[in-house]
Amino acid sequence: MRRLSPISMAALAVVVAWALAAVLAPWIAPFPPGRIVTRDSLADLSFRFPLGTDYLGRDMLSRVLFGARYTLGIAALSTSLACLMGVTLGLTAAARGGWFDMAASRILDAMISVPSLLAALVVVSSLGSSIPVLIAVAAVIYTPGAYRLSRAIAVNINAMDFVAVARARGEGTLYLIAAEILPNMILPVLTDFGLRFVFVVLLLTGMSFLGLGIQPPNADWGTLVRENVEGLSFGAPAVITPALAIATLTIAVNALIDSVATGRRDDDIR
Amino acid sequence: MSAPSPNAHVSVSGLRVTVGGGAAIVDDVGFEIARGEVLALIGESGSGKTTIALAMLGYARAGCRIAGGRVQVGDTDVLGLSAAGLADLRGRRVAYIPQSAAAAFNPAQRLMTQVTESARIHGLLDRAAAERKAVGLFRALALPDPEGVGERFPHQVSGGQLQRITAAMALITDPDLVILDEPTTALDVTTQIEVLRAFRTVVRELHTTAIYVSHDLAVVAQMADRIIVLKGGRMQEEAPTQRLLDAPAHPYTRELLAAFAPSPRRMEAPVAAPALLEVNGLVAGYGPQARDGAPMVPVLHDVGFAIPAGSVLGVIGESGCGKSTLARVIAGLLPAARGTVKLRGENLPARVADRSRDQLRRVQIVFQSADTALNPARTVRHILARPLKFYHGLDGDAARRRVDALLDMVRLPATLADRPPGALSGGQKQRVNFARALAAEPELILCDEVTSALDAVVGAAVLDLLAELKRELGLSYLFISHDLSTVRAICDQVLILYFGHRMEYAQSGAMLQRPMHPYSDLLIASVPELRTGWLDSVGPTREATPSRHRTACVFFPRCPVSIAGLCDTTPPPPRPLSKGAEILCHRDEASLLAVQDAMKEMP
Amino acid sequence: MNAAMLRLIALRLALGALTLFIVAALVFTATELLPGDVAEALLGQSATPAAVAGLRAALHLDQPSWWRFCLWLGGLLGGDPGVSLVNRLPVVVLIGNRLPNSLKLASITASVTVPLALLLGITTAMWRGSRYDRMVGMAIIGIVSVPEFLIASLAVLVFAVKLRWLPALAFRAGPQDFWAMMRLLAIPVGTLALVGIGQMSRMTRAALVTVLESSYVEMARLKGAGPLRIVLIHALPNALGPIVNAIALSTSFLLGGVIIVETIFNYPGLAKLMVDAVSTRDLPLVQACAMLFCAAYLALVLVADVVAILSNPRLRQR
Repeated sequence: MRRLSPISMAALAVVVAWALAAVLAPWIAPFPPGRIVTRDSLADLSFRFPLGTDYLGRDMLSRVLFGARYTLGIAALSTSLACLMGVTLGLTAAARGGWFDMAASRILDAMISVPSLLAALVVVSSLGSSIPVLIAVAAVIYTPGAYRLSRAIAVNINAMDFVAVARARGEGTLYLIAAEILPNMILPVLTDFGLRFVFVVLLLTGMSFLGLGIQPPNADWGTLVRENVEGLSFGAPAVITPALAIATLTIAVNALIDSVATGRRDDDIR
Repeated sequence: MSAPSPNAHVSVSGLRVTVGGGAAIVDDVGFEIARGEVLALIGESGSGKTTIALAMLGYARAGCRIAGGRVQVGDTDVLGLSAAGLADLRGRRVAYIPQSAAAAFNPAQRLMTQVTESARIHGLLDRAAAERKAVGLFRALALPDPEGVGERFPHQVSGGQLQRITAAMALITDPDLVILDEPTTALDVTTQIEVLRAFRTVVRELHTTAIYVSHDLAVVAQMADRIIVLKGGRMQEEAPTQRLLDAPAHPYTRELLAAFAPSPRRMEAPVAAPALLEVNGLVAGYGPQARDGAPMVPVLHDVGFAIPAGSVLGVIGESGCGKSTLARVIAGLLPAARGTVKLRGENLPARVADRSRDQLRRVQIVFQSADTALNPARTVRHILARPLKFYHGLDGDAARRRVDALLDMVRLPATLADRPPGALSGGQKQRVNFARALAAEPELILCDEVTSALDAVVGAAVLDLLAELKRELGLSYLFISHDLSTVRAICDQVLILYFGHRMEYAQSGAMLQRPMHPYSDLLIASVPELRTGWLDSVGPTREATPSRHRTACVFFPRCPVSIAGLCDTTPPPPRPLSKGAEILCHRDEASLLAVQDAMKEMP
Repeated sequence: MNAAMLRLIALRLALGALTLFIVAALVFTATELLPGDVAEALLGQSATPAAVAGLRAALHLDQPSWWRFCLWLGGLLGGDPGVSLVNRLPVVVLIGNRLPNSLKLASITASVTVPLALLLGITTAMWRGSRYDRMVGMAIIGIVSVPEFLIASLAVLVFAVKLRWLPALAFRAGPQDFWAMMRLLAIPVGTLALVGIGQMSRMTRAALVTVLESSYVEMARLKGAGPLRIVLIHALPNALGPIVNAIALSTSFLLGGVIIVETIFNYPGLAKLMVDAVSTRDLPLVQACAMLFCAAYLALVLVADVVAILSNPRLRQR
């Protein structure tokens, strides 16, 4: 692996910092996130409230730190689920071929043609919005993309001579997948994980912004922007900070992916 | 730096091309070409021959940079030109003929548009005049239908014809210098001959000054007046063609010449050894099976042969003849539709899944491209240890020792064991490939074009290794190749395939004796020989097209001695010859001898 | 046009229809996921048993779900996707009121986005590796990484609140002249265009770079062709299929943007209608809107596929 460029080092630092913030929020947040600590709502930056206060007078620093738990936690969980399901289905389809491949590819391709935010809205309209529902919906929405990618890679590798040699040796399907195909998929699948993570964060914060995502009193970064949007007209930190948090996280992850694999992301959609 | 001699038409001196980090891939190259002279640049991969040729156009591929030196064409200093000056030079004064015509033509444009493009870009000819000239060139290049071929799109024309059309594309502007960059390397030998002939005719007629880039000395011997031998981006030797062939001065040139004509590594095959592998009536192909059990896209038709224990069977044929499919069928990767494969008299099931582990162990396969045959995510040790564990249950220290022994067997240092395949050279990878097959302790190794992707010198060494292993371990090989000289060097018997039919099956020694199948004759005659004037001594070949009629002899459209009314209607019968061979032909021995003698008489 | 192309196009049409059918099944299933009785859930705790029973019958809840799917699908195909649960108006009427507004937004956005994206994609591909290419690439990564609501909010903050150049609203009832409408729509369209240009230009660039690195483009260069000739005559005709595909696929991202933008600016379009329907759990309306969006998107992808087939010389000339 080649050395990381300064930009990717910075990007990595941002991602790690947000991950730490999410994990350590209960210990480093100065106030409980739900407590109203001042009458001065939508206040500017101050020594006591480094990121200002929100529309009810709660400490924004604490709320952003706790918001990281929702945004990063749900996104990481959904993305992991999506990749796990996608890769498993993709490998199975590539290795088995036949009707399974046909059926899986048709159905999952149809799923891809439903724009993600639309799909989330449809499900939420019926099930309502709760954290488990959001996790499941995001995981299902991004499974077809992971499936398509891993199936394509696996089909490519499957056609290589070293797999033919192993097959001629008499190796079983499980060995072929685990020892010959999977090890050559790790880098593209990891890149894909990062890409999908960004999409999930955008979906999640978008849903929350519409008021159809994380419901109060819980708040992810999207909810924080929505709650304080009236502060936009005078540029209150309460609306700018969570927005910046989202932007720094997604841009950093994208920059990291770019340094690992250039070019591939352009062929992928969703 | 000496001044260019007054009659030099092209003069190059101190040429240096570097890659990204500044390392030189071409260094201190200088030569001169007189008007109307053909100079050959010859060398193996990485010798810098194409890079030098492209520098004549002031062009370097992505990542490369022309870092120094002087290139003069006529009175133009090429490397001193501006971008506009270069655009003016390219295509008009210096023209390029690429290696792969199929890739070099824009798929969205008609051929005529592309052939005349240079003339129109540079405003040399109006459209009608350019097209008239193109048709003239098509005719000179012996293209069928010279008036109509320009209206077609690239995918509607065969590879050999496309390659000839690239020459028309280059010559449309009467350039001062033409660069031919391995223009026949991607072609089959029987196609190559016609393309070479066409190129040479126009180059001579138009008195073209040219640089011919190739790795193939025999091809170059037909085309060039003078040869420069390159290695690692530096010139090794420069001499007129005849002198270079007769009296090579540089040791590397001698090495190249030696690798060209491999010495026989054959030993007398054990007489009447029992058959190790017996194949009968094999029919195989791709796609769903029709009602009669035959595949929709048949590749092999009724192929049969036997390999005696300890001997080597060569399978030879041009691209698409089904030789690789044959190996895959025997290995069980592609189940045959019909026919039997027997190993020591015991029937081998058609599919890998139905074979016993011991049956699998005894037949191993080695593929052409060492790059894709080794899992890039594993170390060499891992790759070799797997068959040891799988077939012999070896692991731990015993496996370690065995891996080291295997590497030693293929003449590789044990230090390579812990590297990934990506860190090995092409020749080393192919040796690891063999070591993996040997790890199984097989009786038969199916070798699918194992030296084709390697440079001649490296390939010759791998061939030596094969012969040695055979002697030491008593192995048998099924040796698949498109290269007749390699097959001749190592095989005891030869099987010639043409569009999936077994045209001739003979002892290697008897192979060259007449009479032979007309296709064998064509194939053998098409292999370039390492002497000037060879090209003039061979007769015409025709383009490879399988017969349209299912019942006809598949070779009928190309056969110079076909019998109308018979060969185009009735499949030919197998016919034994007195030299011990069997061919698929309507003509009997006496008649074949007569027609082949008559053809040799013709000038 | 020949038989092989017609066959291929017919196959694409059939596949498109099959995909739409699967999408319909998915949308229907997703809205059926609610555990328990929809009627009770919709009417709440205080509803009378008679009201619940009435709603059940109206929704065909007493029928098996596959039969309800058939009824619903038949209704969609026949142009009658049902009645809103909230205001009892036919869904067709509700959608019909909003559709013109959405089409207006979509057409203005497309006419801004597509040319700009093509221009950016083509120029960055031509000068790939240059400082210009890197700058544009970084800017695009920034844009596609940021949620649409953020871009919209920032635009409002800067152009409407601070600079007061543009109105913060996007819709005003009553007749108005062209320029007034443009001013109203400037921020919403600008936001959507940014999102669309980001995706589209990136994919256009990728498609074109593949072609520009081919042997036949190198050959054209060695024939002395200038950069303009190379791009216009050699590269673009061969990249047409992938580029049209890229444009069609990018609309998937744009659709997400439309949902956010219409909500933020309170623009009376289809997406806003759907978001409101989701909030009020007006399932027939949600289903109909979702199907309309998916059908429009699939139709675009289908058109792109057909263009790609028509522009392939291997298929055009046999």
